[in-house]
Amino acid sequence: MERYYQPEIECASVEELKALQDERLVKQVKHVWDNVPYYRKKMEEKGVTPDDIKGTQDLHKLPFLTKDDLRLAYPYGLMGKPLKDCVRIQSTSGTTGKRVVAFYTQHDIDLWEDCCARAIVAAGGTDEDVCQVSYGYGLFTGGPGLNGGSHKVGCLTIPTSSGNTERQIMFIKDLQSTILCCTPSYAAYLGESMKEMGMGPDDIPLKVGIFGAEAWSEEMRQDIQRTLGIKAYDIYGLTELSGPGVSFECSEQMGMHINEDHFIAEIIDPNTGEVLPEGTKGELVFTSLTKEAFPLLRYRTRDICVLSRKKCSCGRTLIKMAKPMGRSDDMLIIRGVNVFPSQIESVLINSGYPANYQIIVDRVKNTDTLDVQVEMTPEMFTDNMGEIKNCQTALEAGLRSMLGISAKVVLVAPKTIARSEGKAVRVIDKRKI
Amino acid sequence: MTLKQISVFVENKPGKLQQLTDVLAKNAINMRALSLAETSEFGIVRIIVEDIEAASAVLTAESFIHTISKVIGVAIPDEPGGLNRVLSILSDAKINVEYMYAFLGGKDAAHAYMIFHVHDAKAAVAALGEKGIACICQADLMNG
Repeated sequence: MERYYQPEIECASVEELKALQDERLVKQVKHVWDNVPYYRKKMEEKGVTPDDIKGTQDLHKLPFLTKDDLRLAYPYGLMGKPLKDCVRIQSTSGTTGKRVVAFYTQHDIDLWEDCCARAIVAAGGTDEDVCQVSYGYGLFTGGPGLNGGSHKVGCLTIPTSSGNTERQIMFIKDLQSTILCCTPSYAAYLGESMKEMGMGPDDIPLKVGIFGAEAWSEEMRQDIQRTLGIKAYDIYGLTELSGPGVSFECSEQMGMHINEDHFIAEIIDPNTGEVLPEGTKGELVFTSLTKEAFPLLRYRTRDICVLSRKKCSCGRTLIKMAKPMGRSDDMLIIRGVNVFPSQIESVLINSGYPANYQIIVDRVKNTDTLDVQVEMTPEMFTDNMGEIKNCQTALEAGLRSMLGISAKVVLVAPKTIARSEGKAVRVIDKRKI
Repeated sequence: MTLKQISVFVENKPGKLQQLTDVLAKNAINMRALSLAETSEFGIVRIIVEDIEAASAVLTAESFIHTISKVIGVAIPDEPGGLNRVLSILSDAKINVEYMYAFLGGKDAAHAYMIFHVHDAKAAVAALGEKGIACICQADLMNG
């Protein structure tokens, strides 16, 4: 039997949902107009006032927010509440300019945890379950989000955070974890490590997994389900909007239900900004309806996606989004971390290397790899192997501190990286996702 | 009394070393000695040639990254203890040998030839000279 965390919302009629969204949107636009001068200015430039927004049908009149706006307004420019009302910060990786810092009131955290709780219940979780949260804790939203959701459901929560694979497996076995929350690549890695330790799916009590923060294919899902002996569910979110739980998969395992009482989703043409009809592929845009501290309106995610309101067998009426099919910018998600080629370029230039580089992303044994190919220059070259290795190590350390993940620097001969003919091919993504 | 060595950057991939030898062959540059130091991704090919300037110009024209450094070449009697004697002299003079490799000398079968890369080439030449061991100079290569 299908269970819901908040059935009155999750199974509300389309009319009820629309009415709730209309009411909340009007209120939220007023809140932003009154408290966020940055966005108010954008509205004024477009000639829109809160009076023009009577419901969701008027949403298209509002200006978009992009990652550039977040950069310009960093750190406090998009806040809707004074700092004294905020209780938490979460942040994406990346340094100034690319790093997103989001603020939360206690109410924001409460609603965020509700969203995660819905995802856990949709995956079959109850207060009988032991939920091991192996997402990173800290600034990353994965750990804190699912941790809060797990508490709300009443699961016994094991906050292992990421890493230390043998300990993870020991906890799963000894403390009888039935739910695992982590990135899909880490789940696959755990499965492989178990195999190496001579353990199979029958040796562990896990029933379900809730995996997100990076793209994964249907093949990878099948693989994880087989090696861990579980049902694997996707969860979607972004720090800008709260974190995981913006949308989640149900028993159907076909697309993710968007928590429409908190977020309005639109699909737009990434080039013109025009709103596209349901079922059309385009860029996903979210408007947060209930966030107090960081209330983003019409935030462009750059994720390319499709929405569908087809009836779902789980009984939820919330609109579904497909797994994102790509990006409308050059951002890469590597091991769950957002990486922009420009970040890599700035490290190279600051370290005295030419800006001729190529980024090669691959997935080896279900783990993303990041290679940065750099052309050797006469200035860098010496007869001393040790000195060259030191340069390489220093560059790798620079990349690690900029990106928050490790990258391998590969020195190549001059003129081996294709020179730009029109647009330079900076990124080769070999992952099949 | 030192030699000049050309060190060339070569990627550790099939065919890359051959591209280098091809360029040298096409330009009639004869290698008198060669050594290869490698990591999993790249290598340094160290070569001794007669005409350093010509070789360097060809490599530059063909976009091979390279650098020229000073090494010493020593003729060592081809008999037990030959190399040991040379190394003892360097050791007594507190000269560190960073790397060394063998070298096809001339027609003189009584000697083996070694190239040494040391931290202080001048001191090494002097130390060996004191013990009556002469180092080969660039001009010797032409007559070898």
